[in-house]
Amino acid sequence: MDMWIKVLYDMSANMILPTTAAFAIAAIGLNVHFGFTGLLNMGQAGFMLIGAYGFSVATIAGLPFWAATLVTIGAGTIFALLLGIPTLKLRGDYLAIVTIAAAEIVRMIGRASVLNSVTGGSNGLPGETYRNTFSALSPFPDGKTAILWFDFDNTGVNGWFIRIVAWSLVVIFAVLVWLLMRSPWGRVIKGIREDEDAVRSLGKNVFAFKMQALIIGGVLGAIGGMFYVLPTSVQPDALGRNMTFLIWTAMLLGGAATIWGPVLGSALFFALRIFIQGTVDILIPDAILNTQQTEQFSWIMVGVALMLLVIFRPQGILGDKKELNFNV
Amino acid sequence: MVNTALARRSSPMSLRVIFGVLLGLLVLSFTLGTGAPAAHAATSDVCVADAETGCFTGTIKGVGAGVKLTIDGNGLNVPAETDKDGKWNAAVTVAGLYTITLDEKTLPEGVTLKGDAVQERDITLGFVKATIFSVDGATGDGADNGPSQAEIAAEGFNWDRLAQQIVSGLRLGLLLALASIGLSLIYGTTGLSSFSHAEQVTLGGLLGYTFANVLGLNIFLTIVIVVILTGATGYIQDAVIWKPLRKKGLSLTQMIIVTIGLALALQYTFQMFYGASTVRILMKNPETFTIGPVTLTFESLWAMGLSVIVLILVGLFLLKTRTGRATRAVSDNPSLAAASGIDVDRIIRLVWVIATALAGLSGVMLGLVLNGINWQTGMQLLLLMFAAVTLGGLGTAFGALIGSLIIGMTVELANFVVPGDFKYATALLLLIVILLVRPQGIFGRKERIG
Repeated sequence: MDMWIKVLYDMSANMILPTTAAFAIAAIGLNVHFGFTGLLNMGQAGFMLIGAYGFSVATIAGLPFWAATLVTIGAGTIFALLLGIPTLKLRGDYLAIVTIAAAEIVRMIGRASVLNSVTGGSNGLPGETYRNTFSALSPFPDGKTAILWFDFDNTGVNGWFIRIVAWSLVVIFAVLVWLLMRSPWGRVIKGIREDEDAVRSLGKNVFAFKMQALIIGGVLGAIGGMFYVLPTSVQPDALGRNMTFLIWTAMLLGGAATIWGPVLGSALFFALRIFIQGTVDILIPDAILNTQQTEQFSWIMVGVALMLLVIFRPQGILGDKKELNFNV
Repeated sequence: MVNTALARRSSPMSLRVIFGVLLGLLVLSFTLGTGAPAAHAATSDVCVADAETGCFTGTIKGVGAGVKLTIDGNGLNVPAETDKDGKWNAAVTVAGLYTITLDEKTLPEGVTLKGDAVQERDITLGFVKATIFSVDGATGDGADNGPSQAEIAAEGFNWDRLAQQIVSGLRLGLLLALASIGLSLIYGTTGLSSFSHAEQVTLGGLLGYTFANVLGLNIFLTIVIVVILTGATGYIQDAVIWKPLRKKGLSLTQMIIVTIGLALALQYTFQMFYGASTVRILMKNPETFTIGPVTLTFESLWAMGLSVIVLILVGLFLLKTRTGRATRAVSDNPSLAAASGIDVDRIIRLVWVIATALAGLSGVMLGLVLNGINWQTGMQLLLLMFAAVTLGGLGTAFGALIGSLIIGMTVELANFVVPGDFKYATALLLLIVILLVRPQGIFGRKERIG
């Protein structure tokens, strides 16, 4: 019985992790790309990595927190511009290949040994080297606080401060996207998703609108990346292709083209994975699957879940099938 | 003592491999003979893996005694040192992720590390994990001075090095071509950019390891078996997944995401059964020969020869046979092909079989020439394949061939201009530039780009 309680605790603890919030922010960004604009961005982890490097390298160079945050936003914007210019006029799957390639280039450059002094090469940058400017902003006193069954430091690495900030940002960004999407701008964006040529015939500059959407989603990705590495460390390989695919899974699980879908999807995604892993760990003896293999098994299930989701319920939990356009 | 160590660690290892083959293929079942202990290269005679102990081990060829390493993680910090044969090992008592750091200062003079001095490895108690550090310039017993060491050791430009790099580029290009022609054929006939094609390559390599290394079969027999089995996976995939999805009317974007889900599931399946470390298909050190300035292993030579033969056969099939012409017709215009009496579903089924079989063949040979294969070998090449296919023109088989050769050359020749870390990045940058200048590729037609 204890084991099940531990699984339940792990599930709830994973749902409120700051990295889960960061993941949700990146998923909201991806939702702006895919769900609302219909852009097939397969390199969201690249935006996250750009944001993570932007913040950490700027902080290590001595910039204060807010300036480093601006660097993060700027880096996300520039990366989106670089990606968008060659590809937004082409068909969807070209954008997919270019974004995934660009994300890989960022990762390869980040882990190159030539840049060891700046990016830390394949070892990355440890969190202590850039975390302090953020922790210093905490208004909380030292010590620990227990809420429900959670007992964390107030300002520590994984403490309440970063959790509250990250999840507040999730809510702020979700509301922001909601406001954007009900504005005239949002209607044009959704029009592009439905029928690009129709929007073009109304005299709208489709390219410019797509570019704006790419930048907004990309900046959200960069901020997600920044909050992903604040409680951990910058590891270029942790923000590789598979991260992008997991964000896609979370977004589709919650429901693309909805406001709260990516948020719900991210929280559920981590909880479900822990649930699978915990259940398998308890039910199947170690002789057949050891602990490490149960973790791998849970990731296999993530892949299978992604396939089944796209085939049988592409609109996810909250979505509306009519809102969804997969024919990019 | 050594024997018990071998017996203890070999049986769970081989069981896992058998499990992998059984589950992964659902085709064959076989029992394991005695050839199993070959599974891992380095054997330690100090660290014994049992229920409470996991062993990290490795051999750094030709450096002799005194190279120091540290194994760090999970609250442990274990030092290790190489013996006179360059072997080292270290015991840990907690499972999990460890960072293995090689102290470069302790390498003998004139020897430099090739690749990372710091590697991360996951370990489970009761298992032995081999970690490979490759070095340049080693001279002691068993020094492994293959062509790649020589080529990387050379600094700056010279004609000899250029010749060596061109041959390496040709080799990579040919192996890439085997994989990317399939990718291109699938794209041409179904419109699908299959992200799981990379895992078909990895599957080929890992099956090659299973048959040639674990079961000890002859390498050519292994290749035949692997090609048949991977071809079968293509048949089964089309029958179970892709054809029903086409009938269901799933959009291409959805199908792409399905291939991504499949790729994820397969990657972790490989990790579950084969672990995360690199395994070698052939145990013995490759023998090399030299023509003029170029040094190659015999494996590389016949891998290149075999690729050329297979590529010519595929080309002849597409150009000269009725079915091949039908395939190109479906690529051109599926509806028109169907209207003129071609059984489009049969052609697509055939394309899946050919594509996966070629990818499997490419995987085995990559494992041979790259000195090993792991769960992400294919994934690392996927983008090069996409680059090759896009460069040649999406959906054109011959474009994929030319594109692969160009990409292979680019990757290997990039060494002259940029640091080795950037060679793949250069190829990907080339991909982006192509899309800017000529999105339809060399042989593609403009209407495809939409």
